[in-house]
Amino acid sequence: MAADGPATSRPVSPHISIYRWQINSVLSILHRATGVALAVGTLLLVYWLVSAAAGPDAYRSAQGFIGSFIGQILLIGWAWALFYHLCNGIRHLVWDAGYGFDLSGMTRSSIIVLGAATGMTVLAFIIGWIVW
Amino acid sequence: MSIRTPLAVARNHGAAKDGVHHWWMQRLTALALVPLALWFVISIISMAGASYERFTGWVSNPLVAALLIALLVATFYHAAIGLQVIYEDYISNHLRRRIVDVVTKFILTLLGLVSIIAVIGLAVGV
Repeated sequence: MAADGPATSRPVSPHISIYRWQINSVLSILHRATGVALAVGTLLLVYWLVSAAAGPDAYRSAQGFIGSFIGQILLIGWAWALFYHLCNGIRHLVWDAGYGFDLSGMTRSSIIVLGAATGMTVLAFIIGWIVW
Repeated sequence: MSIRTPLAVARNHGAAKDGVHHWWMQRLTALALVPLALWFVISIISMAGASYERFTGWVSNPLVAALLIALLVATFYHAAIGLQVIYEDYISNHLRRRIVDVVTKFILTLLGLVSIIAVIGLAVGV
């Protein structure tokens, strides 16, 4: 080690206990959190498909569960996680293509992603409940 | 001219030429999932509260069944390699990380296979 004085314990970035919260770090963490939630949420999709394959009675009980209060809460959470991960995932693909790295553009796209995900969730459920 | 010795090449040292495979597959499945997820959400909204007959009639359309299977393959693959990256970031113990990753991949593969077989069963009316 270079002789630059006694060892100092520097924080490892991003250390969330001292890191100042900002919209981009929140969205980055949310991307992972919704990714994990959606991976667990595939259980709902598998349950629905397997119930349908098992026959009319199992399908009806699955539809009943999804239509119940708990089912609808799970579905709203799943829908928001999906729309968020989808919108923010598109933002990631745009970054991968080399665009959208300026700070003001990133803040703007963050707000667009949050708005779009929430808007799409509300719209999906309004249309869904009308169709029901 | 390569400065690598024939023995190093034989032992498979050096670049394996598949360093970006994981990264690329994550993007490829993401790109596929954009239209597939939108199609799926719109479909299930229009099927909200649908009868068993209407639902099975929908899945028995070959295009619908194919799109559902494509969605399931892309979803479970994307989930498996996405979770792997999270484990690599947050589980520092190598053995524990590997065990969690392998168990995750086994579970997701099984869930994927079960749901794909359910779709095939519905599609062919078994």
